[in-house]
Amino acid sequence: MSATSTPSAPAFVAKTKGGRITNFVDERVGGSGMLREFGRKVFPDHWSFMFGEVALYSFVILLLSGTFLTFFFDPSMAETHYQGSYTPLKNVEMSVAYSSSLDISFDVRGGLFMRQVHHWSALLFVASVSVHMLRVFFTGAFRKPREMNWVVGSVLLILSMAAGFTGYSLPDDLLSGNGLRIIDGVIKSIPVIGTYISFFLFGGEFPGTMVIGRLYMLHILLVPALILLMIVMHLFMVVVHKHTQYPGPGRNDGNVVGYPLGPVYAAKAGGFFFIVFGVVALMAGFFTINPIWNYGPYDPSPVSAGTQPDWYIGFVDGALRLMPGTIGNWSVEQVWFGQVFSFNVLLPALVPAGILFTVMFMYPWIERWITKDGREHHVLDRPRNAPTRTAIGMAGFVWYCVMWAAAGSDLIATHFHVSLNDVTYWLRALFFIGPVIAFIVTKRVALALQRKDREIALHGRETGRIVRLPHGEFIEVHAPLDEYKRYKLVGFESPSPLPAEPNANGVVDKKEKRRAKLSQWFFEDRVAPATPAELEAAHGHHGAHEAIESGDTQKTLSR
Amino acid sequence: MKALSQKRRHPLAAIALLLMGLLVTGGLYAVATTVNQAKATTSFSANDAEEGGKLFAANCATCHGMGASGSQDGPSLVGVGAAAVDFQVGTGRMPMQMNGPQAYKKPAQFNEEQTHQLSAYVASLGPGPSIPEAHVLDGQGDAANGGELFRVNCAMCHNAAAAGGALTRGKFAPALSGVSEKHIYEAMVTGPQNMPVFSDSNVGPEGKRDIITFLKQIEANGSPGGADLGALGPVSEGLFVWIAGLGVIIAFTIWLTSRTS
Amino acid sequence: MGNHSDGSPNHSGTVARAGQNEVEKFQDPGLPPHRLRLADTDPKAAKRAERQVALLFGTSVVGTLIFLVAYFAIDLGDDTGIATIRLQNMLLGLGTAFAMLGIGTGIVHWAKALMPDHEVSEERHAIRTEEDRQAAVRIVDDIAEETGIKRRPLIRNTLLGAVALAPLPALAIFGDLGPRPDNTLAHTMWAPQDGKLKRLTRDPDGTPIKAADVTIGSAFHVIPDGLNELHEGKLNEKAKSVVLLMRLNPEELHPSPGREDWAYNGIVAYSKICTHVGCPVALYEQQTHHLLCPCHQSTFDLTQQCKVIFGPASRPLPQLPIAVDSEGYLVATSDFHEPVGPSYWEREQHVRNINA
Repeated sequence: MSATSTPSAPAFVAKTKGGRITNFVDERVGGSGMLREFGRKVFPDHWSFMFGEVALYSFVILLLSGTFLTFFFDPSMAETHYQGSYTPLKNVEMSVAYSSSLDISFDVRGGLFMRQVHHWSALLFVASVSVHMLRVFFTGAFRKPREMNWVVGSVLLILSMAAGFTGYSLPDDLLSGNGLRIIDGVIKSIPVIGTYISFFLFGGEFPGTMVIGRLYMLHILLVPALILLMIVMHLFMVVVHKHTQYPGPGRNDGNVVGYPLGPVYAAKAGGFFFIVFGVVALMAGFFTINPIWNYGPYDPSPVSAGTQPDWYIGFVDGALRLMPGTIGNWSVEQVWFGQVFSFNVLLPALVPAGILFTVMFMYPWIERWITKDGREHHVLDRPRNAPTRTAIGMAGFVWYCVMWAAAGSDLIATHFHVSLNDVTYWLRALFFIGPVIAFIVTKRVALALQRKDREIALHGRETGRIVRLPHGEFIEVHAPLDEYKRYKLVGFESPSPLPAEPNANGVVDKKEKRRAKLSQWFFEDRVAPATPAELEAAHGHHGAHEAIESGDTQKTLSR
Repeated sequence: MKALSQKRRHPLAAIALLLMGLLVTGGLYAVATTVNQAKATTSFSANDAEEGGKLFAANCATCHGMGASGSQDGPSLVGVGAAAVDFQVGTGRMPMQMNGPQAYKKPAQFNEEQTHQLSAYVASLGPGPSIPEAHVLDGQGDAANGGELFRVNCAMCHNAAAAGGALTRGKFAPALSGVSEKHIYEAMVTGPQNMPVFSDSNVGPEGKRDIITFLKQIEANGSPGGADLGALGPVSEGLFVWIAGLGVIIAFTIWLTSRTS
Repeated sequence: MGNHSDGSPNHSGTVARAGQNEVEKFQDPGLPPHRLRLADTDPKAAKRAERQVALLFGTSVVGTLIFLVAYFAIDLGDDTGIATIRLQNMLLGLGTAFAMLGIGTGIVHWAKALMPDHEVSEERHAIRTEEDRQAAVRIVDDIAEETGIKRRPLIRNTLLGAVALAPLPALAIFGDLGPRPDNTLAHTMWAPQDGKLKRLTRDPDGTPIKAADVTIGSAFHVIPDGLNELHEGKLNEKAKSVVLLMRLNPEELHPSPGREDWAYNGIVAYSKICTHVGCPVALYEQQTHHLLCPCHQSTFDLTQQCKVIFGPASRPLPQLPIAVDSEGYLVATSDFHEPVGPSYWEREQHVRNINA
């Protein structure tokens, strides 16, 4: 320590060989400083904080297994006749890309395993990114100062879908070929430039001989590079902001409570990488994924029942399925001024995804504008303590799930022995009413949970022990909470609607009025946290129920 | 409160029981149908046709009419051939349990001899596809060619791995694993229900033999990658990664962040 | 304003009103007292945990060995069965899983049971201090001053113009990604070649089909004669020209005026490419005469000239006019009268050109 501050002090000389190497590096890169900064950095511990790590680790697994696959894969669409060891395809005409994918599966030792590792971790990657984003949304972790990191995360979600889709198409099998053809159909529906984009992507007409090579380049170079860049930005901001934490005793917006990076958190996070890898390996060893040998080589004539994209594109495919192409005898596709407007493809392909992603990107600013909340938040909201946000999130989630389910409408029909057409009719209805129901139900559930919290905070936990009092009354004994547990239930903010305020000119403008209305909508239904005074009152009554009832009716400004 | 919550559990338990029951019966069906091995017999005696006529009058005439001339409940069977009867009766689809979008496969209602007699009777009414010869069912054809024919002609309904698929308004194309070679062949030549007919002029007997070879080979092979998750494609894979994959990982995260006692 | 209980370090902007004032709130009791683990107090428990961790690491070694044995002992020769591949894949998975889970669970167990589990609290610091902001503003001002960019608008404006234009070549250079769309989308191989009508042939072997072969209730998957002999662009042509051939009772077809001679004795041929987004519409229900697309469930009614009766497609499937040649084989009398497959921006012009 003193060596750096006083120049006259003798230079540090390491005693061991390892020490000398460390010192050599340290003198040149300044590792000691970094270690001092980060070595004991505190990270809060909660299972729901791990999904980002799952995503990061599955990305690492993707890089490792993907590199292996590139050594054997040949992205050429030249024609060849299969000569590998899988007899049901012997001598069948196919592209070199498909043939080399089969060779990876059947003639390269461990190739099938690596293919399955790669594909399972791809599905897991997008899934964990999604769950991570749901966690961030429902706990309000996107609020200041983390809005930009939310945007970076959203970009990562889109990039992960792009990485998945470009990879899905590479083996040039029948399933992915038909998937590409659907993409081509969707692109062609774009007004003015659709046909151009399609010809540029495929190097001419579909399928052409270029597209696999082009997707390959995107899949192994451009998209992963962008993902890496975004991950670096994402993690850099995590370091700048420090992690959020759940509310609880001793935790506030000014501190971060958890385990130090070294040793506990580093051990857990590092160990967790091996755990994720192990789970992926188990799946890859025991469960088939993307059995390309079943699908056969791509040929524009055949198609298989159950042609679906991988799950993360499913919601777009489902939306395509739900859209009616004709209403009565009226065709949704229109010819205006001699040009074709394929609304039956354009609307479902662009509108729902557009709405979902736009709202997702904008949400931190939407909420900020409504609540006029410019403070930093490092303590998370429990989802129940932000009922309207939670309800908005669930409405979006249900909307997504309806479209998602629609992508499997044929399998729903065959597995539950219902009519395919009825499944579509139901899902069309749910597309509109599902989010509304989800919003109402979620909000009511959140408020009910808040009331439950209040009751427990004021009267303690139900013990299940029934006691008969001397005068004959039966009561259930409630065990009072200790102050730490109670603080967990009462230590949250419960903002009330913020009425319209005049601006600098002393005028309440229209926008401000709209904001006030939204604020009213956001916060009008609320259950305020219990207060010490109420606890006092509840103890006064000692076990009587009236206190809760009156407390509830006072504090809940229900409609 | 307690009593109420207990009551609430009951309907769930009933559903679980129902599901278990369905699974068990489904399993039994599967076992029962694989036992039904086909033996190709193509010669009918006059006695067979006579006995078959009696069975027909007693069991089938309600819908298909006396003399199999058809009624509004069932089509005429004149000229459908022995293969159609052998398929429909042999796989238990006929007699139908009730009218619906499609006849379901179930344990055969008639034994082999009775099925033979019924086939003889219907074959005697008019010429139609007969029960296939043994050599086209031997599974010794060209699997690669069969695979190609299967993908072009069959996979769009039955799925590339023959796992089945949906048709319109409650109809479906069944999975083909566990279906005997003879019944596959008969289905192709007769086009049961909404399946198109694949006559010999469309896919020749050798082509059909190849298709059967392909189907039996992929059925015997199983999936090289482990359990095939129903061979249903990306939907079952997505479902699996969300439920099992993420489920196991969440279990690990909970263990990882819990305090040790 | 909150000072301790909401403790935000940076009170910028408006503060949302709390629902109640501060005095009514419960005070934060601080971190709960630390509870010792068994391994902290009982050396035996600590020793046990240590052995467990070592055992888990040992499992990892076993897993690695399983992997290596499975890799080297199972050889994939030319005649390996699927069962061998499955076994190897399973053992490789099992080996890797043990190797990874052994290390992972071992480390985590070590951290949980033996490393200190005191939660610590760290202060957060302002992400940006006012002092830094002012310093940064000064630096930026100095830089702007030294470049003189404000005083010399000519430099600034020409630079902006140059920078705005510079990316254009980067866009233009992608101009050769593909040819410009022309009317290739409007034509298929079915157009008669040198006055000779194209025969309908079976997919995939390319043998011609006689009208008598097509019995009622059957469905033929059809490609044009000569497709298999193409060397270049075979798939491109196939993608447009695949056709489904079916035979119904002639009285079940209801041809519109002008299309009466497009069918032959109840035999009709329709494009197999869905007008929605281009999947092959290959599912033919021979009793209902419906065609179903397996991708998005568009349903077409054969008895109404493949009108859409369900699903997202908006246009009927294009019909291929057919007849029989002198040898009794089915032939296409002309190309499709409209472009096949999904709609595109210029489609309507192409339709007009074809029918002109």
